[in-house]
Amino acid sequence: MTEAITYRLRVNGTDRIVESSWLGESLLYVLRERLGLAGSKNACEEGECGSCSVLVDGRLVCSCLELAAAAEGTEIVTVEGLSPDGALSDVQEALLSEGGVQCGFCTPGFVVAVHDLLDGNADPSLLETKEALAGNLCRCTGYGRIEAAVERVVDLRRG
Amino acid sequence: MAEGAHVIDRPRTGIGVSTRRPDGRAKVRGEFAYSSDLYADEMLWGRTLRSPHAHARIRSIDIGPALTIAGVSAVLTADDVPGRPTYGLTVPDQPVLARDIVRYEGEPVAIVAADHPDTARRAIGAIVVEYEVLEPVTDPQKALESPAIHPDGNLIRTVPIRRGDVNAVGTVVVEGTYEMGIQDQAFLGPESGMAVPDGAGGIDLYVATQGLHQDHAQVAPCLGLAPEEVRLHLAGTGGAFGAREDLSMHVHACMLALHLNRPVKMSYLRDESFVGHVRRHPAQMWFRHHATPEGRLVKVEARILLDGGAYASTSAYTAANSARFACGPYRVPNAVIDATCVRTNNAPSGAMRGFGVVQVCYAHESQMDKLAAAVGLDPVEIRLRNALAQGDELVTGQTVDVPAPVRECLEAAADVPVPPPAGEVDDYGLPGGAGRTADRTRIRRGVGYAVGFKNLAYSEGYDDDTRARCHLDGGVATITCAAAELGQGFVTVAEQITRTVLGVDQVVLAPASTATIGSAGSSAASRQTYMSGAAIAMACHEVAERARRAVADRHGVAVDTLEIDDGRIVSRDPAIDIPIGSASEEPLEAEVNHHHRETFPMDPVTGQGDTDVSWVFAANRAVVDVDLDLGLVRVVQMATGQDVGKALNPLSVVGQIEGAVSQGLGLAVMEEVITANGIVRNPSFTDYLIPTIADMPPVAVTLIEEPEDGAPFGAKGVGEASSLPSTPAVVAAIRAATGLELPRVPIRPEDIALADIRGDG
Repeated sequence: MTEAITYRLRVNGTDRIVESSWLGESLLYVLRERLGLAGSKNACEEGECGSCSVLVDGRLVCSCLELAAAAEGTEIVTVEGLSPDGALSDVQEALLSEGGVQCGFCTPGFVVAVHDLLDGNADPSLLETKEALAGNLCRCTGYGRIEAAVERVVDLRRG
Repeated sequence: MAEGAHVIDRPRTGIGVSTRRPDGRAKVRGEFAYSSDLYADEMLWGRTLRSPHAHARIRSIDIGPALTIAGVSAVLTADDVPGRPTYGLTVPDQPVLARDIVRYEGEPVAIVAADHPDTARRAIGAIVVEYEVLEPVTDPQKALESPAIHPDGNLIRTVPIRRGDVNAVGTVVVEGTYEMGIQDQAFLGPESGMAVPDGAGGIDLYVATQGLHQDHAQVAPCLGLAPEEVRLHLAGTGGAFGAREDLSMHVHACMLALHLNRPVKMSYLRDESFVGHVRRHPAQMWFRHHATPEGRLVKVEARILLDGGAYASTSAYTAANSARFACGPYRVPNAVIDATCVRTNNAPSGAMRGFGVVQVCYAHESQMDKLAAAVGLDPVEIRLRNALAQGDELVTGQTVDVPAPVRECLEAAADVPVPPPAGEVDDYGLPGGAGRTADRTRIRRGVGYAVGFKNLAYSEGYDDDTRARCHLDGGVATITCAAAELGQGFVTVAEQITRTVLGVDQVVLAPASTATIGSAGSSAASRQTYMSGAAIAMACHEVAERARRAVADRHGVAVDTLEIDDGRIVSRDPAIDIPIGSASEEPLEAEVNHHHRETFPMDPVTGQGDTDVSWVFAANRAVVDVDLDLGLVRVVQMATGQDVGKALNPLSVVGQIEGAVSQGLGLAVMEEVITANGIVRNPSFTDYLIPTIADMPPVAVTLIEEPEDGAPFGAKGVGEASSLPSTPAVVAAIRAATGLELPRVPIRPEDIALADIRGDG
């Protein structure tokens, strides 16, 4: 490709060099294809499905809509950064135990979005949960078990 | 169980327990490799040029400009297809790449391989195709009188059923015409895969699919290769719902990879996916029900027209399902039914969850409500009065000889408490949601019921057999089976069955592949637990039996003095007590080829025949609030009772049912692929809406467990049943709230808010 550039992204606490990247590449593409972080998924490439959800400076975004090069200087957290030591986070654990995972293609996006919700609001109302997660499409579950997983994490964190 | 005579099955983390998915840990960590995540050194990206026209003659294709783009390695057209130029799941009527004619918008015309997906995208744009645009046939009503758009003609199949006294007349007669739009499966994981040449002329294709072997049977001939030169391996599959029954990028990626001798990956984008797979058949349906004054059905007349789109796919069998299940799960002594599927220049229709039955369920349930009103019965009573039960005959003349708990399903759904009225919930619960658009005085509550049923596994004489192999070594059981895991949880159930039969804790599932074992058939028709689950159980039982013989030999006792009990070989006196896993120093292995009971074709004139293996039943009750002014619908609650035989993993079964209900709800009020003269107008998740978490109400699930003899642990397939009645239940609830006729789904806001202007109701 022409217009190749090189820049640095900070992903999951680590500086990563992106070399010979086309300027037009989305953050999702660079994460998946250049940095080997394929946990973020591409299911619509227009910000409708939430499968590519990541945190940029603590803000929940669809990485398919972010230019990778413009994310230089930010702190990016992907699903791979939410349980780096190999254990499961409480959200991941609850999605499994409550049956919130079927095909799982939406799951990484939900993991990031539920962390974002509950890390900022320890006791969301049903309205707040539904609003926060309405940008993440799931075609398999009908969302019932995902809602149950959110409730379980809220209960567990409450202790 | 054929081999089960000496086995005492006991659950451990086995059947009947909600164990976790074996692939779940990788999935929640983002480490599960889906087909779109595959990577290989030296990999190229493939992409497809598709027809922008619904019907056109290809005058010329100039690939030259695309080849001049730096990074483009190959551009291939129909001339480059190395083997058979056409493919198809039932009939090879679909070109791998269009040569002279394109028959639908989105038909593949050329393929490219490039070093970057955006290079491939630009290369596609640089190919110059000169089309002579032809008038498309897009109205299925006119297909049979239009010029043939394919050498096979415009009629795909007509399926008649003539049952009993075709001239019978009821005292009470209700009639209606119903229409269903196109529903897309909208799985989240795009069509994708990677083809890797083996350097000796053969190829390995890693792909997301419902059926590796049925794909293989189509791919190898098109590549002009011997079957053993082509190996298909299941890649991580992000949902399917019928849309991965047919080929998508399979042959294209293999052609590019073989041409270049390099790995080629293809992954569709969402707009491409909307034309890159078959969708649910849109339907136009006329029904007339005859009944006694007491509401007992006398006769059902139906004419069903399905739009098959440009190529046959599974349309012939979809039409047969529409005919056979047109009456619903009711006792119907007389019937005159004709289901026809025609070819048009719309994108091909094919399999989707509920296969041909979702359409007629909406129609027959609408009719049952009309009949209830005509005879003065409530919606539950009219259904109970006619409910099918075990031992009854279907309109095909076949006797339902498995549990048929129609009454139990309906009563379970009806018994769930109805939530409080809209005035007692917060604004979020109103139609229109948090936007607070609803005027509370103009909200009406409605409650609707529906029941449905369909066949399990394939029908009409088709032997969709399956194979499984169990290999037991050092207490570890390895199961080899080519069944495709799509998300439904087959891998979970496979492990549970193995642990239950063999009593081992460690179960390994070998990757699904055409290279290691024969076909398991497709993950379709709610059949995989029922069929391949049974095969795995049989293979494990056979291994257990061999372990018993090995212990008998070693101890010099008669085989029949030993029993297999909870994973152990034990003698009646307690002298021998050995875990199956330690029973033999040599590995034990058994492979089973399992067939369901024989089925038979439908008589071509009367439609009579013992066509089906088994059936599943479900009932739904929907509660809705409707804003009469804005036409907005809030589905407040769904209650479902589903016949499951035996729930092998209750949590998974609930997940299947909730997912099926959400797709049925979507079809009722949200989902439609909109076309204009054959061109899809809304190929995106911005414009094709599927339910979000904010749209989904709580689903109250009741599992009706009446085990089926001969099924694995009594389990029926559970994937589809609740997708049948959920759509008509929502529609019935909206009718109850509004008094409108609502003869078409999906119901749009204007169908309600502007009904007085448009003449409904």
